Amino acid sequence: MILELAQVQIHNRTDTCESNNGFCPDWIADHFGDYVHPFFQHLILVGLTVAIGFAISFTLALIAYRRRWLINPVTQVTGILYTIPSVAAFFLLLPITGRGTDTALVALVSYVLLIIFRNVLTGLDNVPAETKDAGRGMGLTANQLLWRVEVPLALPEIMAGLRIATTTTVGLATLAFFAGAGGLGEKIFSDITYKSNVVVAGGLAVLMAAALDGLILLAQKAITPWTRAVAQP
Amino acid sequence: MRKIRWVALLMLLVVPLALGACGGDDDDNGGSSAPAADSSSGSIQKNDKNASVKLVIGSKNFTEQKVLGEIYAQALAAAGYTTSTQLNLGDENVALKALKGGDISAYPEYTGTILTSFFGKKAEDLPKDNKEAYDQAKFSLASDGITAEPPTPFVSSNEVAVTKETADKYNLSKISDLSSVASKLTLYGSPECRQRLDCLLGLQQVYGLKFKKFVPVDIALRHQVLTSGKADVSIVFTTDPQIKREGFVLLQDDKGMFPPYNSTLLLKKETADKAGPDLQKVVEQVNKGLTDEVMQELNARVDLDKKTPDVVAGEYLSESGLVSN
Amino acid sequence: MTTTFAVLGEFGDAIDFIFNSRESRLGGAQVGGLGQIWDLMWPHLKLSGAAMGIACLISIPIGLWLGHIGKGGFLAINVSNVGRAVPSLALIAFFVAYLGVGFLNLMLALVLLAIPPIITNTYTGTRQVDRETVDAARGMGMTGAQIVRRVELPLALPLIFGGIRISAVNVIATATIAPLAGVTTLGDPIINVNTYGDEGRLAAALIVALLAVATELALGAVQRAVTPRGLKLTPAGRRRHRFPITRREAIP
Repeated sequence: MILELAQVQIHNRTDTCESNNGFCPDWIADHFGDYVHPFFQHLILVGLTVAIGFAISFTLALIAYRRRWLINPVTQVTGILYTIPSVAAFFLLLPITGRGTDTALVALVSYVLLIIFRNVLTGLDNVPAETKDAGRGMGLTANQLLWRVEVPLALPEIMAGLRIATTTTVGLATLAFFAGAGGLGEKIFSDITYKSNVVVAGGLAVLMAAALDGLILLAQKAITPWTRAVAQP
Repeated sequence: MRKIRWVALLMLLVVPLALGACGGDDDDNGGSSAPAADSSSGSIQKNDKNASVKLVIGSKNFTEQKVLGEIYAQALAAAGYTTSTQLNLGDENVALKALKGGDISAYPEYTGTILTSFFGKKAEDLPKDNKEAYDQAKFSLASDGITAEPPTPFVSSNEVAVTKETADKYNLSKISDLSSVASKLTLYGSPECRQRLDCLLGLQQVYGLKFKKFVPVDIALRHQVLTSGKADVSIVFTTDPQIKREGFVLLQDDKGMFPPYNSTLLLKKETADKAGPDLQKVVEQVNKGLTDEVMQELNARVDLDKKTPDVVAGEYLSESGLVSN
Repeated sequence: MTTTFAVLGEFGDAIDFIFNSRESRLGGAQVGGLGQIWDLMWPHLKLSGAAMGIACLISIPIGLWLGHIGKGGFLAINVSNVGRAVPSLALIAFFVAYLGVGFLNLMLALVLLAIPPIITNTYTGTRQVDRETVDAARGMGMTGAQIVRRVELPLALPLIFGGIRISAVNVIATATIAPLAGVTTLGDPIINVNTYGDEGRLAAALIVALLAVATELALGAVQRAVTPRGLKLTPAGRRRHRFPITRREAIP
């Protein structure tokens, strides 16, 4: 009952788009579903990274804003974490955190800390002294001043930092498959010579970065309406 | 206005976290759920008693391995086992480590690789006969507590390949023809090739070849490097469909450096015993149809038609009547 | 407690790998030792250096020119945004798929990777030069080219070097995955772990990390060295140097 598969000839494949490793829209249409799961794996990794990174950096920045002596050490440490290449970081963490999403998360989060920290701090530092004085004059406490005046005015810079952090994380997360976390990078690597695969997987990553960047920009415009009227530098 | 601002900011923080909670942890397990087979003759019989046996089928990191892994996984699932896959582990050492460590229950290895990579047999000591190679491999593995299931009919040997132009230019038909020109030629091979007796190491020791340069590249690139002209010589496998397509010339192994390479599914003895007699029965049923031409056809469907290994494995099983859809 | 020692043990093995050559796990080859580390580091440095050199040769003149005439700002700044969104792996894969493997193809990809930060920072650095200074120079009779060479370039150097710094670290990091494109660099033990073993992989990761940090610090020192003393003392200069590691990048 074994079918004669051997009867199927190979030579009639010579001229197909796929066998030439080309860019094949038909193949892409048929197989697009294979990219959905990696896409969401990737997206979730990015989302978690930025959320955790923001939580840590924002807190650190608020603390350092009051206790200035912290700025230098935090900057140095996060700076070194920023400089360590992510692939190296994945494998430096391997003995400690093992293989999987956790390792990728730790490495990716450590990368965004500097970006967000410095942007939050710069944003807060750039709040005009007169505005702070006016606030104090109105009787606001230090905490009220922070949350009702300083942070809102720092928002454009904070959001700019979030945008940078998000787009770079999308790029770095393509390497996360080295740590065993899947994502679009795994798809790229699965057939690195096939143009269709590389273009779709890589293209989806670029689109993700662009879309997230745009979303954050929209959010920024929504929550800082007073900046809309002013020309952006 | 103020409230909207803070709600929006909060959403920005909460949404990614929520997505993370929904997404959850992700291991690299592609579950292959084969359809339940009915009991037409020649096809795989489902035995519900097998459902309690969990099998994780692994594979090494090239097309043929992924297809074989999927075939075995789907066939065993049709027989009632609870299977999952962990393909694309890496080279033979990674796969063996995963097997011994219990991360996977089984993976398909080659008799020749077992003898040279695992047991370091020199070329002079290698059996030339397929069956003898399997018997020796099985015997050696048994002392490590590993069972080697019956082998496939097809042979997928390492081959030394050059383009037709190179073969014509230097008049090459067998590997020893390279000895005079190797110093002018660049060899591209897998990263592990430098240390394998059935690869660069063997070429150096058995044929005395000294290549101008050896460049390690991923196995998946073994044909591209020849067609693009980067490599003068590359190591390919007998069952690669690209050989016929691109017209590569395979140099004859006149000194008998390469052992036979039939594929045999490896399992730890305990796993095999726990799985019962159905396991071997399914393996033998599956192997029957895996001839040289069939394996090459299946590889072609993945490499040339760009279908995914699990789809191609399903096609093999249904076209050969093992699993009815 | 035991896990801590296990982790320390792994790092100990890695450091041992760096200094002592040994038979590879599978036999048949010698791995490890300073000699091999250098054999891997030299192509890494060569590749990175060549890519950076070409990228600078392309980006700095264009950035200076655009900054001088004040046009093309949108492009110069947004090329960095776009560049950030393209993953390095995708870029390399694109070149491997379309051009094949090899040193030249890979270097092309790395040059493309290195250009955006340099061009953006050169442009921004040139634009930030005090307009009055430029006017004064023009008043003194300097031609456009002279202004660029003698006024704008020196004053823009700190930011230019900031861009070079970012690019250099990126290129060195990306050269780690060069083995995917058939070029053997320090990334070989990381990507092809079986030849070198786990300790080799960890050792390579350590060295790559150290190399990146060293480059960052070295170029940071150069950046500080080329900052004219005047800039360092002004309030603008001081604010700029609050984050010496960070203020190298123009915030888009």
